[in-house]
Amino acid sequence: MSATVPSPQSGERSRLAALVDWIDARFPMTRMWKEHASEYYAPKNFNFWYYFGVLASVVLVLQIVTGIFLTMNYKPSAADAFASVEYIMRDVEWGWLIRYMHSTGASAFFIVVYLHMFRGLMYGSFKNPRELVWIFGMLIYLCLMAEAFFGYLLPWGNMSYWGAQVIVSLFGAIPGIGESLVEWIRGDYYISDITLNRFFALHVVALPIALIFLVIAHILALHEVGSNNPDGVEIKKVKGPDGHPVDGIPFHPYYTVHDTVAVVVFFALFAAVMFFAPTMGGYFLEHANFEPADPLRTPEHIAPVWYFTPFYAILRAVPSKLFGVVLMGVAVLAFFFVPWLDRSRVKSIRYRGWLYRGFLIAFAISFLALGYLGLKPATPAYTNAARVFSVVYFAFFFLMPWYTKADQTKPVPERVTYHAH
Amino acid sequence: MSETDRVDHGVDSGRRHFLVVATTVTGVAGAALTAIPFLASWKPSARAQALGAPVEADISKIDAGAMIKVMWRGMAIYIVHRSPDMRAKLDSPELTSRLKDPDSKESEQPPYAKNSARALNPEYLVLVGVCTHLGCAPINRFQPADPELGADWPGGFYCPCHGSKFDLSGRVFKDVPAPLNLKVPPYRFMNEGVVQIGVDSEVS
Repeated sequence: MSATVPSPQSGERSRLAALVDWIDARFPMTRMWKEHASEYYAPKNFNFWYYFGVLASVVLVLQIVTGIFLTMNYKPSAADAFASVEYIMRDVEWGWLIRYMHSTGASAFFIVVYLHMFRGLMYGSFKNPRELVWIFGMLIYLCLMAEAFFGYLLPWGNMSYWGAQVIVSLFGAIPGIGESLVEWIRGDYYISDITLNRFFALHVVALPIALIFLVIAHILALHEVGSNNPDGVEIKKVKGPDGHPVDGIPFHPYYTVHDTVAVVVFFALFAAVMFFAPTMGGYFLEHANFEPADPLRTPEHIAPVWYFTPFYAILRAVPSKLFGVVLMGVAVLAFFFVPWLDRSRVKSIRYRGWLYRGFLIAFAISFLALGYLGLKPATPAYTNAARVFSVVYFAFFFLMPWYTKADQTKPVPERVTYHAH
Repeated sequence: MSETDRVDHGVDSGRRHFLVVATTVTGVAGAALTAIPFLASWKPSARAQALGAPVEADISKIDAGAMIKVMWRGMAIYIVHRSPDMRAKLDSPELTSRLKDPDSKESEQPPYAKNSARALNPEYLVLVGVCTHLGCAPINRFQPADPELGADWPGGFYCPCHGSKFDLSGRVFKDVPAPLNLKVPPYRFMNEGVVQIGVDSEVS
């Protein structure tokens, strides 16, 4: 280091500053830090709902780190998988903690992502110019669903086995190629060692890489257009003499400090679940999964983990297999089209009328109700209820061009509304 | 492409365009061909195919009205010894009017099982124990008027996952999610007491 010459204008520069200069001449470190943190101007009126994006990235890191450590003891084979998970739980030092972090993290991921998505629907964060932010986000969600599905087979419990059996055979509903497609996915005539091995590869290598790239794309797209806010006002419209938005504050230090508090609260809740209720009464880790996979015995009642149950309830509500699968796919993919289905002039629910509010509330209730019904056995009464809620679910999307246009909107202010604490 | 474009900066953009397209097409074709081994590696391997070979089952000791399960290609194969009572009503219009595909027109079975008994020998029913809805294992509920399934239940199979119902020939009822009758695997009788699953019968 002594060989590097300090910059000419200050002989007093610290060695640290010199190192930073040395790096900056070779890698855009300071520039990236400014662009994405210290000079990324975020609206100053963020509320509670704006914590979930940060929390989602915290959980992503947690899942990657705990996942890496789990692979160090897990064996992806039909003969060893179940026993290796038990080995992690009983014999590996702190193995139980690492595994419960990962399993609780899976559910926590979906909780924060669902709340994050709901925030987007409330404040119109998908609208012009943030369509790509939304689409990258939806791709992340798809990736996350695939991660959860592939990961769920790995413990090789009986629910893992039958869950995979049910979901993989969904592809069998595709006319013509269905059966051979299912065989190709499984690599065998049934869910076997071969299937487990490839799901492991997808879960720990392929999808995490895709997920990380998508998260980077999501954030780059967001930082290109700037964050939305609870008022749905573009803060870039009103800039101060320094060229920065008047209603914006640098992400660092303001929001980094602000979000740290949220992360601490989140970790407290997370730890409470992890230590005191890691199975969450069968919702985070299902009872039937505490016995090894048995191809000859279906669990009494097959239900996916709670984060998939709304879609599962839609699937079951349709009496035709092909149409049920199609409708379930549409239920997920419909989100992608929301930026173009919404014809409202305003973004935020604060300035929308009761039509959009009503439909959004009805949608949220249907989503929760379908989630509940998807956990229950398919009795006629429950199936009929699932049909009603499915109709409401789809009405939210398919009637959107009409009701967002007909809605009585209020005038949007020029600047964000903000009350200093 | 105009003449002036062509001579700009001495670049022959027509030729450049041709080369870009030709290189891209060749590259994409090469990548597509390279993808074949990777995609094909997902198909059942030689070992998986060998393990999918036929299996034999001893049926001489099954009581009338009872069922055994044998494994073939990781699937449970149900073999039911149907009593005369169980066989009696398979053709009754009262039952067939409640079925989605009573004549097994849409369903999958070898030609020798395309009858109301869905079997080579009506006494023995051989079925793939995988629900045609989403692959769960249907449960045998052979007793008519099962308390859970109602007074009009004629006996058959019930899938606990999504409530699909099948009769004593594995034929699916109307108004349940499963689209088709339970599959019948290829099978043959080696002799009176042994059935082999995975090989078609000569009888048609």
